[in-house]
Amino acid sequence: MSAVTFEEARSPDVMASPASEPLAIPAQVARPMPKARPTPWLQTGRGRAFSAALGRILRVSLPPIIGMGLFVLLWQLVSVSSGAAGLPGPAKTWEAARALFADPFYDNGPNDMGIGWNILNSLYRVVTGFGLAAMVGIPLGFMIGRFAFLSGMLAPIISLLRPVSPLAWLPIGLYVFKETEPASLWVIFISSIWPIILNTAAGVARVPQDYLNVARVLALSEWKVFTKILFPSVLPHMMTGIRLSIGVAWLVIVAAEMLTGGSGLGFWVWDEWNNLNVEHILIAIFIVGSVGLLLEQGLLWLAKRFEYA
Amino acid sequence: MHPYLQIENVSMVFDTKNGKFHALRDINLMLDQGDFIALIGHSGCGKSTLLNLVAGLIEPSSGVLLLNDREIRGPGPDRAMVFQNHSLLPWMTCYGNVHLAVERVFGAKETRKQLKARTEAALELVHLSHAMHKYPHEISGGMKQRVGIARALAMQPKLLLMDEPFGALDALTRASLQDELMRIVQETSTTTLMVTHDVDEAVLLADRIVMLTNGPAATIGEVLSIDLPRPRDRLALAEDVRYHRLRHAVLEFLYQKQLRKAA
Ligand SMILES: Nc1ncnc2c1ncn2[C@@H]1O[C@H](COP(=O)(O)OP(=O)(O)OP(=O)(O)O)[C@@H](O)[C@H]1O
Ligand SMILES: [Mg+2]
Repeated sequence: MSAVTFEEARSPDVMASPASEPLAIPAQVARPMPKARPTPWLQTGRGRAFSAALGRILRVSLPPIIGMGLFVLLWQLVSVSSGAAGLPGPAKTWEAARALFADPFYDNGPNDMGIGWNILNSLYRVVTGFGLAAMVGIPLGFMIGRFAFLSGMLAPIISLLRPVSPLAWLPIGLYVFKETEPASLWVIFISSIWPIILNTAAGVARVPQDYLNVARVLALSEWKVFTKILFPSVLPHMMTGIRLSIGVAWLVIVAAEMLTGGSGLGFWVWDEWNNLNVEHILIAIFIVGSVGLLLEQGLLWLAKRFEYA
Repeated sequence: MHPYLQIENVSMVFDTKNGKFHALRDINLMLDQGDFIALIGHSGCGKSTLLNLVAGLIEPSSGVLLLNDREIRGPGPDRAMVFQNHSLLPWMTCYGNVHLAVERVFGAKETRKQLKARTEAALELVHLSHAMHKYPHEISGGMKQRVGIARALAMQPKLLLMDEPFGALDALTRASLQDELMRIVQETSTTTLMVTHDVDEAVLLADRIVMLTNGPAATIGEVLSIDLPRPRDRLALAEDVRYHRLRHAVLEFLYQKQLRKAA
């Protein structure tokens, strides 16, 4: 279910270089040795540990560095070949980014805010919309997983609504709420609720029979079954659902804000497009990517804390 | 007065992907209060299935199980179970696992302090006081099994069901826990149904050894009464001719009568 990250895809063995093998002893060594010299630092115990550590760090960090370098190079090539009015190059974009982040929190009224405000606005909507989705989705997932009847009842509805493109929900939100802010929250809510429901329900259905047997032999109350057995057992699945949900929410918010306007990263991208400020559009893409990455990594870290060995 | 536990004409047929599987047939067994029954038979013959039936975790395909003249309709804390795979909850410490059961059985009547004392006493009994606050994944297989035993004993059940409780233990720990079990069961006159693969254990502990034939459609092949006087002492028994005769009878059933059928 989770996307393969670069971390997982790279196996350290592939990078092991044959250079670490001992070199063949050259013939000159056969000559009588001059008087003993102190061993060079790199061949002492600590020196070797140092060079081994250095090698490890290089092996881990070199591929991403090379990858990023090639990416920037490619970008430069494209921008040069597209001419003066074409795509801005890395250097120009970097300058624009420095100017932009020099004052991230200015506020000149509704349609002209610092980049920091735009990021925070988008995050706020994602967190609120997702929070609502979790409040509804987690209990619903538990009930669907626990009661076959409910599962049978809701399965066709979920299957029908889940593949709907998130933005298709926007007009309904606008129609019902008559305002853009609740409408974009509604879009986040409805598009991020499915992974939570489905993963929670799958987790409940997959609680090991052994644990349920313990509950049955003890004849625990439904509340105790929930707090002592179901919830802890489902928690890792729930965390997966939450992570996927927030991922979806972050994907959707930029698109939704493009349409609803006012504030947020999506609005900003669209605004800069109207200003034909392509540097800023490129910067926006990097920001959206970085924030998404941070969210994902943070939640992965959180999920690890809830796993039982 | 009727026997405490009555198992009458019980059969168990499982629905599997490859059709029906006839696990047990025509099981008839009566237990009086305080009886200690050892259940022995080759792997896969249906011992755990029989225990699950008595626990109420599964329902028989035909026949009835009566406990105190009432039909068994589901599980309950009056029948504690030591599971074959110990079934500890991984998100609770050893203490937490035992305490969950103690709280369920005695929580309504006793103070927190008393519940704590019961939990600690149960863990002390299986020599696990030192590992009380460890999680199941931090302790060995034998230790997990002992927590499972502590959990069941702490409930002070009327009927104690044990599925190979001492299987993963070393000989010394096993002997010591067998002695403890004998003492507790006798003092509290708990009715006990215990699955074991160990012939010595069965003869040492049981009033009767119930021997199952090989599956599929296993049934009770023989019932051997162990009329050795109690309290039993393992060292004294080692010299006892009756002990060896009984032991031999079980071995004969397992390795001659049943092995030939299996072949
Ligand atoms: N839920 C089930 N569904 C289908 N078949 C089952 C089920 N439970 C047990 N069986 C089958 O019933 C038979 C008896 O199983 P059981 O677990 O009772 O054996 P056992 O005597 O306890 O074996 P062991 O000594 O290895 O624990 C086996 O052949 C098993 O495959
Ligand atoms: Mg078994």
